[in-house]
Amino acid sequence: MKAAVIVFPASNCDRDLKVALAQAMGRDPDMVWHGDSELPETDLIAIPGGFSYGDYLRAGAMAANSPIMREVVKKAQAGTPVLAICNGFQIATETGMLPGALLRNAGQKFVCRDVDLLITARNERFVGGFEQGEVVRFPVAHHDGNYYADEETLHELEGEGQVAFKYASAEGELTDAANPNGSLNNIAGIYNKAGNVLGLMPHPERLISEELGGTDGKRFFDHLVNSIV
Amino acid sequence: MTEITKEIVAEHGLTEGEYEEVLRILGRTPNLTELGIFSVMWSEHCSYKSSKKWLKTLPTEAPWVICGPGENAGVIDIGDGQAAIFKMESHNHPSFIEPYQGAATGVGGIMRDVFTMGARPIANMNALRFGRPDHPKTGHLVSGVIAGIAGYGNCMGVPTVGGETNFHAAYDGNILVNAMTVGLAETKKIFYSAAAGVGNPVVYVGSKTGRDGIHGATMASAEFDDDSEEKRPTVQVGDPFTEKLLLEACLELMATDAIVAIQDMGAAGLTSSSFEMADKGGVGIELNLDHVPMREEGMTPYEIMLSESQERMLMVLKPGREEEARKIFEKWELDFAVIGKVTDTGRMVLTMNGEVAADLPVAPLADAAPEYDRPWTKTEPPAVIRAEDVAAPNDLGEVLLKLMGSSEIASRKWIWEQYDHMVMGDTIQRPGGDAAVVRVHGTKKALAITTDCTPRYCYADPETGGAQAVAEAWRNITATGGQPLAITDCMNFGNPQRPEIMGQFVGCINGMRRACTTLDFPVISGNVSLYNETNGTGIHPTPAIGGVGILADYAKMTTLAFKSEGDVVLLLGDLSGEMGQSLYLREIEGREEGAPPRVDLEKERKHGDYLREMINRGHVTAAHDMSDGGLGVALAEMAIAGNIGASIRLETAIPPHAALFAEDQACYVITVKPENVELVRGLALADDIPLHIIGTIGHTELKIEGCLTISVNDLRDVHAGWLPALMSRPGSE
Repeated sequence: MKAAVIVFPASNCDRDLKVALAQAMGRDPDMVWHGDSELPETDLIAIPGGFSYGDYLRAGAMAANSPIMREVVKKAQAGTPVLAICNGFQIATETGMLPGALLRNAGQKFVCRDVDLLITARNERFVGGFEQGEVVRFPVAHHDGNYYADEETLHELEGEGQVAFKYASAEGELTDAANPNGSLNNIAGIYNKAGNVLGLMPHPERLISEELGGTDGKRFFDHLVNSIV
Repeated sequence: MTEITKEIVAEHGLTEGEYEEVLRILGRTPNLTELGIFSVMWSEHCSYKSSKKWLKTLPTEAPWVICGPGENAGVIDIGDGQAAIFKMESHNHPSFIEPYQGAATGVGGIMRDVFTMGARPIANMNALRFGRPDHPKTGHLVSGVIAGIAGYGNCMGVPTVGGETNFHAAYDGNILVNAMTVGLAETKKIFYSAAAGVGNPVVYVGSKTGRDGIHGATMASAEFDDDSEEKRPTVQVGDPFTEKLLLEACLELMATDAIVAIQDMGAAGLTSSSFEMADKGGVGIELNLDHVPMREEGMTPYEIMLSESQERMLMVLKPGREEEARKIFEKWELDFAVIGKVTDTGRMVLTMNGEVAADLPVAPLADAAPEYDRPWTKTEPPAVIRAEDVAAPNDLGEVLLKLMGSSEIASRKWIWEQYDHMVMGDTIQRPGGDAAVVRVHGTKKALAITTDCTPRYCYADPETGGAQAVAEAWRNITATGGQPLAITDCMNFGNPQRPEIMGQFVGCINGMRRACTTLDFPVISGNVSLYNETNGTGIHPTPAIGGVGILADYAKMTTLAFKSEGDVVLLLGDLSGEMGQSLYLREIEGREEGAPPRVDLEKERKHGDYLREMINRGHVTAAHDMSDGGLGVALAEMAIAGNIGASIRLETAIPPHAALFAEDQACYVITVKPENVELVRGLALADDIPLHIIGTIGHTELKIEGCLTISVNDLRDVHAGWLPALMSRPGSE
């Protein structure tokens, strides 16, 4: 299997994502520079966390207009799986690959902590390694992760099984206390309609070994790679 | 041309004697640009004129030290051809005036110091002191400083893995923001700042130069008064995105062999960087200021030379390598300009618009920087306060809860959750423990990093306080299983022209020297921040210590959390029951009095070396050094971290309130599997090391026989609650 990680000037989780993918695939992904206008042949496109072009305007807004993102959108439309984490998720909403927007956290502060997530919808490719209703733990680290969409879009996301992860208590309850950023309906991650694009604020690549504090991220990547191969 | 009057000289912070020295060196009257250059080069911040005499007495060498103080940062060998490069620096005055930008640019500056030397930053730490919690400004300053540190470090993608924070009225008008960065490099790819090679191009890279931060170094070398907040325009504005580009571009260029020397433009900007490079290399430099990339029109040579615009570097390249370097910086969309060349004249010659703007001899200006042997008086050590001198409380449980929810001990989670402490994927001990531990990427090794100082001890008895700060850093690294290697220091003091303040400085240095020597823990870099006073009142003497150690195999790392039911709890070290300067005395009795706990460095060494050996042999399941709040607080912290209680029984003649809350040094609480207890006790006995069984892990409460029983949940609630409550008060945003 081949994967491509998109690298913007201020991406900063690109190496972490590379390490997590390499651990699962047994080979390094291609690192693709934002200024490139062509993607290598790939089975998975991954957009990492970070600050793309500094994000002084609106997180992901400038990156969405970069040459490489035009290519990513094309490939996504043609069915290539896209994994967009944190800043990647912000960029994916800015390009329109995913609906809604990520606003400033309700608490107005950057928040970095492990969170519990309820697996809310089936998507064999991305979360087939988990049970529906299972609670998994990934960390969040963001300033703008407050998911917002209009009521109609929310209704559609929920109805069509496009909500991938929700912030939950360790027991799987969708409480306000478990919601780190004020996201509507506790939404932490969503799929596009076709189910080949996943955007999520939490970072599965950060919990891929016991030393780092957990292995739910490793399970995520192991399954993703198996399902694509 | 501006005439140089007495007033102008005074405005530049030069004394009459110093100005006479300027006239002697030049043999003529300086012009305004030249005067400005002398002013910043001879400021306390850049010249260390009051502190140099004493800093020289600190030990700076060890077989593993590659580069000690004097460069942008210190360098130690961590084996396998790898080096750790680190330094801590203050940004106190700017952070008080404009907390967000002051703290942010402090972080930016220290990261530049580290990557200038060829290292990729892998961890940030900090040491922060704010005023008393109920001071009307404290909430606003905390919130701005933390957001500033987070805003810069998070964008750079360098994890901020911890630090320390104190609150005390002594900092009401003068907070301390000390930032530390640790980087990783190859020992054969370390970059220094000495310019060399006559004719070689001098290159400017990074951001454009603006009018921001002019005279920051002189501001950092003066006391505050009520008008200080009007100095806001002299605080620089940070741009972490540009710094991220600068980091990546520099590391990319450093992978080639095009660089002869490199220096970041920090305090005193282009002036300080160009003079330091020329002075270290024993050469001259010619700069054409017309070529300096400028953000604003009509900037004068004076402004260009004194600007402290951020995210800039000065380099000397090998001849003919300019185009290769230019391509890299253009790829990262940064300015790149050849602004001059190295000469053999020994002079700094600046031209602009075809005219000579300044012509100064390099060595005399740098070497003739004033150095003072300021008069000092010794702080008289206060009396020891024994357990008998302190009345026993009615309820020891209430005391423990009060301490856990006090300003010094309460959880700092509200702070470190704003820092991305996991990015780079190597943080294996997160904030909240004794030391943060970060893996050396792709190896079995890890670095343990801590910042420590107990200012109330330093104020009561500077020498003991200085030694204690170093010893606590050493203990914190030891408690993770790490071998302490070296420290950086950030010396924050009041006005050195007052003998009692200078005495605090001298006392702290003397204590640090003893501790560094006995513990083989040399100083490899540092920074001095004096004049931390407002309206004539000095801060507590605060020699913040940043310590770094190594774990050869991170699989053997320990943490402070109690692990499993049945593990035996032991106290390593002896209790004295002396209560001077304890938090107990301050929080319960309202007394800030007495001698701080004694520091016996031989004992520190012996106890720590023993513990590290036990950890390396795999016998220890948890370890925590005893510090603020003593044994009682240490046990509570271990219970909270592990979410499990313990049953403790103390067999001692010392009254319980002193046994539990005196802050004895050279002590650790450790846990051991029952089957290993006899083994570790035997090994301790053989080395004459005091090791006492004090209890067993289990249940949901911390129970200390005859003293207190409190549920771990209650301990956690008071511990977690204090800082969020403080920060939710109106006006804290």
